[in-house]
Amino acid sequence: MVQVKIWGSLAVATDDQTLLEVEASTLRELLDGLADRYPAIEPHLKRGVSVAIDGRIYNDNWFQPIFPDSEVVLLSRLRGG
Amino acid sequence: MALDNNPALDTHEFRLVGTRPNRPDGIDKVTGRARYGADISAPGMLTGMVLRSRHAHARIKSIDISAAEAIPGVHAVITRKDFTHVPEDGDIADILDNCMAGEKALYDGHAVAAVAASSSATAQEALKAIIVDYEVLPNVTDVDTAIREGAPILHAGRSDGTVPEGASRNIMSRVEFGHGDVEAGLAKADRVVERSFKTEATHQGYIEPHACLAQMGQDGQADLWCCTQGHYMVRNTCAALLGMDQGQLRVTASEIGGGFGGKTTVFLEPLALVLSRKSSRPVKMVMSRAEVLRATGPTASSSMDVRIGMTKDGRITGAHAELRYQGGAYPGSPVQLGAMAGFAPYDLENVKTVGWDIVTNRPKQAAYRAPGAPMAAFGVESVIDELARGFGLDPIEVRLKNAAREGTRSSYGPTYPAIGLEATLQAAKDHPHWSAPLGKNQGRGVACGFWFNFGGDTCVSLNITPDGTATVTEGNPDIGGSRAAMSMMAAEELGIPYEKVRTVITDTGSLGQNEVTDGSRVTFAVGLATIKAARAAKKEMCKRVAKIWGIDEDAVEWREGAVHPAGPNAGLHPPMTLAEIAAVASNTGGPIAGHHEVTAEGAGVSFATHMVDSEVDADTGAVKIVRYTVFQDAGKAVHPDYVEGQLQGGAVQGIGWALNEEYIYGEDGILQNPGFLDYRVPVASDLPMIDTVILEIPNPGHPYGVRGVGETSIVPPLAAVANSVSAAANVRLTDIPMSPPKVLAKIRETV
Repeated sequence: MVQVKIWGSLAVATDDQTLLEVEASTLRELLDGLADRYPAIEPHLKRGVSVAIDGRIYNDNWFQPIFPDSEVVLLSRLRGG
Repeated sequence: MALDNNPALDTHEFRLVGTRPNRPDGIDKVTGRARYGADISAPGMLTGMVLRSRHAHARIKSIDISAAEAIPGVHAVITRKDFTHVPEDGDIADILDNCMAGEKALYDGHAVAAVAASSSATAQEALKAIIVDYEVLPNVTDVDTAIREGAPILHAGRSDGTVPEGASRNIMSRVEFGHGDVEAGLAKADRVVERSFKTEATHQGYIEPHACLAQMGQDGQADLWCCTQGHYMVRNTCAALLGMDQGQLRVTASEIGGGFGGKTTVFLEPLALVLSRKSSRPVKMVMSRAEVLRATGPTASSSMDVRIGMTKDGRITGAHAELRYQGGAYPGSPVQLGAMAGFAPYDLENVKTVGWDIVTNRPKQAAYRAPGAPMAAFGVESVIDELARGFGLDPIEVRLKNAAREGTRSSYGPTYPAIGLEATLQAAKDHPHWSAPLGKNQGRGVACGFWFNFGGDTCVSLNITPDGTATVTEGNPDIGGSRAAMSMMAAEELGIPYEKVRTVITDTGSLGQNEVTDGSRVTFAVGLATIKAARAAKKEMCKRVAKIWGIDEDAVEWREGAVHPAGPNAGLHPPMTLAEIAAVASNTGGPIAGHHEVTAEGAGVSFATHMVDSEVDADTGAVKIVRYTVFQDAGKAVHPDYVEGQLQGGAVQGIGWALNEEYIYGEDGILQNPGFLDYRVPVASDLPMIDTVILEIPNPGHPYGVRGVGETSIVPPLAAVANSVSAAANVRLTDIPMSPPKVLAKIRETV
């Protein structure tokens, strides 16, 4: 199981839960697991989110490995200018 | 075959990377040969123009275009009714409504109709002949006024689930970041300072106005040439707005005269396509400067309350910020990014930031270099400065004491890997600027800033030509010198001179998806793909030579621009250079190329510290910047001239934001200063030389250690200048821009 912190406005889609446990070894499994448990988060996932894994921010790579002791933080999609 | 395909940091001594060769676009740009958006033409081309609302908020009861259509030489007149496709995506629907108003005009300058005519004079005549029946509504342009009871409401029912019941309907969303117990932390402080701040909206101020040429046939195929930071974004967005297949629209990016985030969306492009479709003629559209200022994206204006507690030895015990950003008439101000970035430089046990996204009757904001971060940094860094000075502490020492480092839990959630903030602060402390004497009425300020940096979808194709040169084909408009950087990295890998590589920006039909030139991503992400594409080409060349020599691929290696036998057992073959391999490519299997497609991740966050001296004229309130030094972690600086340019450019834009630039609206909601005479950006004679100190702390996520540098440099200047002016004038400046009347009033308030 991976512990996921939900930050910012995304928690409104997880019944205000900010710390969740999801069975996942990749980013895709993590996102699928979240969508299964919290359907309200699916539109956010479809529009894109950013995920910090051990301090590094990832946006799209489904196959990015996640280890059980990884620090995982789900963020709204980050954009630049 | 020995070939370094390891993505980990390549620590070998660079031959080209880190040098300063001539830029490949330099001669074209100084001789006027470069073709910008307005320079593109087509046979039979019409001139397109836009009718814009002169009301800040009005219901559109009807639009009569019949008189305009009857004018000889007018080939098409369009309104929102001509956009028959209804986008499902809410963001796309907002972009459509911003490009062409639907039920309401939501700001001064909002497009309500457009024409295509045989000349600009005829087009202007046609605009005058369009009759729009408006029901004028009350307007609001100030962020604080917009959330007061009784304020005019722009959109009812668009607030998302994060907005508490009973809050203003002009609030679109609320975000919150942080950890710990702020009140308990503040209780441990020896002093708590709470201040309110305001910043005005500023425009990105690019030199080149928006321009495009569209050609769309009745068969649905279309071509578009435009000035943009991302032609793939233009293709995808226009296709979504018009209900087209993306593959039917080919977009070519022109040279670009600046963007700074403001060209990461569309304004004219969908209008030009619909006008072209309706008239069956190519249609060219070019904005005036007034249109750019009235109708394209400035950044958000903001209002903030910041509260920070500190012990007398300089340790921050608790920090809280409430940020209110208005992003114009649609949801999507960058308040979330501001809320994430404000306290990001610091290691805080108790921190909380709340952000509110608010709508007003202003143009839809667009990204502007580190969107949202400079305003938040202004509030946070000002209060830290006030606390440090109040305790008689060195402001750099205080920042070092609280600096985030590897293992710090950031204020926005994740724990930092190795980061470079301390290095920038230490470099600032050790720099002669910090100990230089100040003159009369002068003050010195410092501030730190943080930005995320991004990667994203990237495609690069590298072709070896028969004469042994190389062409890099990529899909990101070159704003900050990326063609030079790509040529340098390709030449570095291939072992050939920089002059033997040409990098071209191709159209959307020639490569797969490429993200926009934004997020400080290009040198990092396209550079990574260029290196990988070059390595793929080298692998192919090794294979060809192994075939020629009749030995295994494993028995050859690439060194110094040539293929060599890998060891004594491979035989005594003279090395074959890239040019020799290219010359016989037709005999060994055909053309040689390498390509790489990637969603680049691992961009790595970035920090900067700025130091500025200013002089305040106590009689007029005028501020002069007398010295400025930027300290920034750039990872490996591929072409240091361009890196310095980015650091200087960010500082200068920040100085303009801090001192001069502002959107001024009348009570009628009409923009009062839509031109560069009254909206004043800094010019060279206003400024000292901006000194730069580049710290090269390698980013482990890139083969050469490259880190994005384009945005971080605009984060600290608002605060650094404010801290400097506050020290010089001996008052705390909290309202940006610090224009002479405001500074003078503040000085007089305190005497």
